Amino acid sequence: MKIRIHVSLKPGVLDPQGRAVHHALEGLGFAGVEDVRIGRLIELEVADDTSDAALTDMCEKLLANTVIENYRIEKVGA
Amino acid sequence: MKTAVITFPGSNCDRDMWVALRDVSGREPVKVWHGDADLPDGLDFIALPGGFSYGDYLRSGAMAANSPIMRSIKAAADRGVPVLGICNGFQVLTEAGLLPGALMRNAGQTFICRTVTLAVENTQSLFTSRYEAGEQINIPVAHHDGNYFADEETLDRLEGDGRVAFRYVEACNGSRRDIAGILNAGGNVLGMMPHPERAIEDDHGGSDGRRLFESILGELV
Repeated sequence: MKIRIHVSLKPGVLDPQGRAVHHALEGLGFAGVEDVRIGRLIELEVADDTSDAALTDMCEKLLANTVIENYRIEKVGA
Repeated sequence: MKTAVITFPGSNCDRDMWVALRDVSGREPVKVWHGDADLPDGLDFIALPGGFSYGDYLRSGAMAANSPIMRSIKAAADRGVPVLGICNGFQVLTEAGLLPGALMRNAGQTFICRTVTLAVENTQSLFTSRYEAGEQINIPVAHHDGNYFADEETLDRLEGDGRVAFRYVEACNGSRRDIAGILNAGGNVLGMMPHPERAIEDDHGGSDGRRLFESILGELV
């Protein structure tokens, strides 16, 4: 089973990297970009019987830092 | 007095830390490898050095926080054994949940390597008792991910409980409230981004870091 973990900065946490990219997009002449936030995509290949609880546990214990990040678990093709 | 320096793959300030502890305590620290499951018996002090453990994979300190040795370090900290985390060591302590908050990419996106001035905010702690109230000290920083973040409630609690040990006198890396170092609730765990072990003798360009080690090691005598 293929899993995608989408990790993003929590609202309210400043994202200087996103801001720099936003600035660069404007510099390239792209108008109308209101905000840029940069996150991380983690792809996992796991056994089909891996429980949702186990996936949540992986995110909480390692894949995301819940002080600053949110995560979303996507089952690809499910 | 028995002290230890933990080395992770990618640590690069472990020897500087070892020398600082040896010079101030007069005894050679034990070197502990991250993959060891147990700490040596009878440790009085544990130091987590700076560096780039596991190449900063995933997040700075995230992999090291899950090293086998960290379980023993958490247990030791819970028993009251003093633990000091410098730079990457601070990142490891936050990732391991021994200190609140997180250390994010510097606000300016660049690696910062220079000497900064710190205000010693708490001179009552195990780690800072040899500093004078209101004192400012010069200590080198060298980091890419030193931008301290915690939510407002956590920051207020840290401030209210006197757990902000050091603050940057001038904004350095985007840290909330210019926080450079914090203590845990028990006062026996200190994490800080600046490197006191790089400022223990005049040949280093300054020796303001030495009294941090004299404070904590003196308390243990």
